[in-house]
Amino acid sequence: MSKMSAKSTQKLAKAFIWGSGFITVIILFLIIGYVLARGLPQISLSFLFTAPQGGLSGEGGISTAIVTTIYLVALTIAILIVPGIGAAIYLTEYAKDNWLTSIIRYGVDTLAGVPSIVFGLFGFVIFVTVLHFNFSILSGALTLVCLLLPTLIRTSEEAIKAVPRSHREAALALGSTKWQAIWHVVLPAALPGIVTGIIICIGRILGETACLYVTMGGSSAMPTSLLSGGRTLALHLFYLATETNAFEKAMATAAVLIIVILVINTIINWLSHRFQARMHGGA
Amino acid sequence: MSRYFIDRNAKYLVLACASISFIILAAIAIFTLREALPAFQHVGFIQLIFGTTWRPTIGQFGILPMIIGSIAVTLGAMILAIPLGLGCAVLLAEVAPHRVRQFLRPAVEILVGIPSVVYGLIGILLIVPLIRHIGGSGYSVAAGALVLTAMVLPTIISISEDSIRAVPRRYKEGALALGATHWQTIWHVLIPAARSGITAGIILGMGRAIGEAMAMIMVTGNAVQIPTSPLDPTRTLAGGIAVEINYASGLHQSALFAIGVVLFILILAINSIAILAIRRGRRVQDVG
Repeated sequence: MSKMSAKSTQKLAKAFIWGSGFITVIILFLIIGYVLARGLPQISLSFLFTAPQGGLSGEGGISTAIVTTIYLVALTIAILIVPGIGAAIYLTEYAKDNWLTSIIRYGVDTLAGVPSIVFGLFGFVIFVTVLHFNFSILSGALTLVCLLLPTLIRTSEEAIKAVPRSHREAALALGSTKWQAIWHVVLPAALPGIVTGIIICIGRILGETACLYVTMGGSSAMPTSLLSGGRTLALHLFYLATETNAFEKAMATAAVLIIVILVINTIINWLSHRFQARMHGGA
Repeated sequence: MSRYFIDRNAKYLVLACASISFIILAAIAIFTLREALPAFQHVGFIQLIFGTTWRPTIGQFGILPMIIGSIAVTLGAMILAIPLGLGCAVLLAEVAPHRVRQFLRPAVEILVGIPSVVYGLIGILLIVPLIRHIGGSGYSVAAGALVLTAMVLPTIISISEDSIRAVPRRYKEGALALGATHWQTIWHVLIPAARSGITAGIILGMGRAIGEAMAMIMVTGNAVQIPTSPLDPTRTLAGGIAVEINYASGLHQSALFAIGVVLFILILAINSIAILAIRRGRRVQDVG
């Protein structure tokens, strides 16, 4: 190959590389721009605070969906925190390089790839049918806990791993037990990272639909307890888009979702920058 | 309670927490299989997998059209997403100046966070009408593939970028010192060295595509038929479960769980390959 042709191949290749970056950005702007342009004008206080009419009309607001989403997020995170962070502590602080650890790792890695709809089937059998929680926020939350466990474990693990060894050694040297070192020194230091993981999970709950479609029933009424059925914002959007012709309402709901997710992304970026800065500065 | 007592027992508590994931995984396998058993027994495993007619009302449960539907949309998405994703990963890892990267990386992260129903909605309102211009109803394999392309792109980009970055610096320096152009270095040295990581990214993206249910229900038209052109409507495995699960009962419901079993096994195989690829990649880089 002559020098000239290598140079022109390079030019062509770089054009392709820049082109693919450009297309990715275009996709993002197209989605966000389109949703916000069509959805934002529809959003008003009355849209946020009136209940959807349900059924085939698709009219009304999204108040019940907002309340259901908040209940679901709170309940899921409340159940998820202890097993998620506990598992991360085990994997970073206690696990030895043996068969038990490989099984646990295999479980976490594989569970992370199981499709949402399969979690939905599982939740439908266990929580809705066998345990008689019926189609409810509780069934949805428990299903989500199964789905999100790997996410919280991985992010918490990263956060705990990032705490410098010297922190642990200092605590142990002062006579604390291993658990005291973990509880009073390692966990507080890892907290911003763990919080980031929890917020990532909240973002995923907001976007999740398949497993909730099968476990929450999709009622558009205001939930009265954790055993009420319901629909989250994302589910409401799905029902609007597939069962009604209220595409303007669907766009407005999508705009609300996108805005919340953009806010969540900003918080995550801010938190993880702060966490990294602290870990590098405080070592 | 003394602090020593707590210290001794805390270990078992966190071990119990850590075991939950594996227990859930086993429980999913057992319960899905148990629910699917009647369908496997009555319909027969071969008849179920290779049967081409899905008519729950007259007791015919062949899921081959859905298997082919899943493969078709996934393949279509991969044909578009692999070159795009790889190009974008090279851009982020090697080509782009710092400021472009600082802008592009968060953009990719946001793309991950967008709910699948929003992708589906955009699909209904923008992509389906576009395809209708070419032919058919618009609800089609092509629409599914295009929506999935956007959904798997971030997975492929971020994992490929990481693995290109993880290639030892001296590989690149060696190639450049021998007089290779930057592109020759990328194509003949960096990408081959990062091959297993890139493979893992592609495979995980495939897993995400096969498992996607709601966005596929929204844009593929859901007709249970073996598609003969990209403009034909189709139904995927994951979509097929979600479409009917809320009103199915008896053998019909069991057949939907059988689809779940097929999906679960498919994903298990895909993920195991990805995990192996990632491990091999690490080993190669450790040795190199």
